[in-house]
Amino acid sequence: MAAGAAGPGGAERYFTRWYKPDVKGRPCEDFCVLQHSNRICVITLAEAHPLLQSGKTIKNINYQISANCSRLQNKVSGKSKRGAQFLTELAPLCRISSSDGEEYTIYSCIRGRLIEVNENILSNPALLQEKPSTEGYIAVVLPKFEESKSITQGLLTQKEYEEVLLKRRSSAS
Amino acid sequence: MRSAALLSEPVLASAGRRARGLPSMSSLAEKDRPIVQLLLNTGTCPRCILRFCCVGSQMLYRHPHKDLLKDLQEFLRKSQEEEDTVCLDVAHPPCKRLRLEPGGEGADGLKHNGAVLQLPSADSGAAAVGCSAGNVCNVCLGILQEFCEADFVKKVCQKVNAADYQFTSFVFSVSLPPQLSVRERAAWLGVKQQMRNLGLPLPKDDIVQLKEAYKWIIHPQLSEELGVPADGKSLFEVSVVFSHPETDEECHFLATACPDCFKPAKNKQSVFTRMAVIKALEKIKEEDFLKHFPWPPSSPKNLCDALEIQCNNGAVFVAGRYNKYSRNLPQTPWIIDGERKLESSVEELISEHLMAQFKADSFNFSSSGREDVDVRTLGNGRPFAIELVNPRRIHFTAEEMKRLQQAINDSSDKIQVRDLQLVTREAIGRMKEGEEEKTKTYSALIWTDKAIQREDIAFLDDIKELKLDQKTPLRVLHRRPLAVRCRLIHTMKSEYIDEHHFRLHLKTQAGTYIKEFVHGDFGRTKPNIGSLLNRTADILELDVESVDVDWPPTLAD
Repeated sequence: MAAGAAGPGGAERYFTRWYKPDVKGRPCEDFCVLQHSNRICVITLAEAHPLLQSGKTIKNINYQISANCSRLQNKVSGKSKRGAQFLTELAPLCRISSSDGEEYTIYSCIRGRLIEVNENILSNPALLQEKPSTEGYIAVVLPKFEESKSITQGLLTQKEYEEVLLKRRSSAS
Repeated sequence: MRSAALLSEPVLASAGRRARGLPSMSSLAEKDRPIVQLLLNTGTCPRCILRFCCVGSQMLYRHPHKDLLKDLQEFLRKSQEEEDTVCLDVAHPPCKRLRLEPGGEGADGLKHNGAVLQLPSADSGAAAVGCSAGNVCNVCLGILQEFCEADFVKKVCQKVNAADYQFTSFVFSVSLPPQLSVRERAAWLGVKQQMRNLGLPLPKDDIVQLKEAYKWIIHPQLSEELGVPADGKSLFEVSVVFSHPETDEECHFLATACPDCFKPAKNKQSVFTRMAVIKALEKIKEEDFLKHFPWPPSSPKNLCDALEIQCNNGAVFVAGRYNKYSRNLPQTPWIIDGERKLESSVEELISEHLMAQFKADSFNFSSSGREDVDVRTLGNGRPFAIELVNPRRIHFTAEEMKRLQQAINDSSDKIQVRDLQLVTREAIGRMKEGEEEKTKTYSALIWTDKAIQREDIAFLDDIKELKLDQKTPLRVLHRRPLAVRCRLIHTMKSEYIDEHHFRLHLKTQAGTYIKEFVHGDFGRTKPNIGSLLNRTADILELDVESVDVDWPPTLAD
């Protein structure tokens, strides 16, 4: 284990962070994809997402993304995860509304099979804001084996994302 | 009386067999005469003829080929004399080739011009040899001829001896080219037709199997040459694969008649496998068969080839316990996308010595659970077993095993091995049982984000039988099913180090993922050390202190 005394915290040592900013042209609706070296991806909100800004209170999290599709019904079986819902890059995972009347759609950001959604945030929405990149994750997605490298090609690295954040700040001031 | 005369010749021909009690052509009855006559004249070897006459005497098949031929000719001549008045088949033309042979004295069998199947008499043996012995048998394609001879036995035994195996008995296995079944069917239909034409009752169809007859003949020879007995249960197998250049050609008509029996398979070179041919032979109608493969077939041009002569020794199993002292050593080779991540592994460090000593082809490593690459295994170690496939050497004394263990231990400081011993295949099951049921103890070095005092972690020591709900960890989720597993942490004991570090000793149910119990795996293991301490926790080092499985037995030093 590579961690020094400072410790990275959490399970993130084995994960690479990828970012997708301003999804669907909505300013600051940024997502983060944590990809494990075994190709499994965890979809989370990025730090800049409006839901994580001070003053926001989460009112409702809804995995029912259309009349006949609920991410809560996703069930996988066996090693090969049969029966998983297939997600395209802009497939919605859930909708989150805040007490100020806004509603935000959380997107998959990558192609792959939906393995699980985080049901803990339904009973404890605060997790989403307190620990957005660990216990407050949205979903686990398994990209196809042959796409495990290409799915992150359109995403930003941690460094590139920090530059985006810098630009935003300078243009705001 | 007649049979007594028949008996005398082979006795003299091979005096050595006298003591074992002698069978003879008395095994043949009068009803067999038309069968012998038909087959001998059409180019079938004497041993195949005995098979078609359902002769079950093993000894008889071991007589020299030449003697058997003579005896059969004698048998035909004697019975011919005896039943001089019997008129044989008139409907069938005789074997043309035989008629052209200048076997003058065969005349005493010839009552109707060209109507009786010509029999070579004992005196015209040379001519008969030209037909039946010198040529390749049209049923067995040489299996019961050349391949029963001392030269071939020597060739097999040379191969066996050169392979340098330890063995105390052997089992012999043969694979025959599939068209032998076709030829046997053709001969059988020929015999049936002959009997029908003669108005005789149909013979029994439980003829002696070619493989069986071959083994009767070759077992004693191999046994004598190798110096050990043949034993059907032996773990040492000598196998011979026979092939024939015309297999596809001769079986081809079956594929036209029963196309559904011959589906191409990826790993098969030819669709004409033994099983497929047998299946097609069951399906094809008799008249269709006869149309494409009438009896007698044209005389074969080629003998079978002994394509492969191979040896195989049954696997032996070695068990023991290993310690792993390195945090850069995987248990098994770590290869991703065909690329090696680390140069060695526990199984290789142990197996390379075993492979060299047992001179095996390959090995299979198994163990009571496994540890991650960065986890050490201390204490008495983890039980393991290694299957050595096709070992040349199989006998080792306890002393030799001890030296082997020492050699492994001297060769690397990354691992150590103890209790190394030979075990049975069955005993390995005990190790796998332990994998699920037994307990394991660990020592973990833990980091916390917020500062801790001694009293913050002391309560962990009081927790007993803590129930966990553990979702399949993300780090293995790509290759394991998603499930929530209930696991128990039996006891914990904490050891305070500083404001951000402590050591935790755990005794857990086998199958508990310790790393995830510490950091929580995105909240997917509940509760976890982080949630219990109300902090973010991470695991820096992990050691397995014991794997509580009482197998394999502990050995004295």
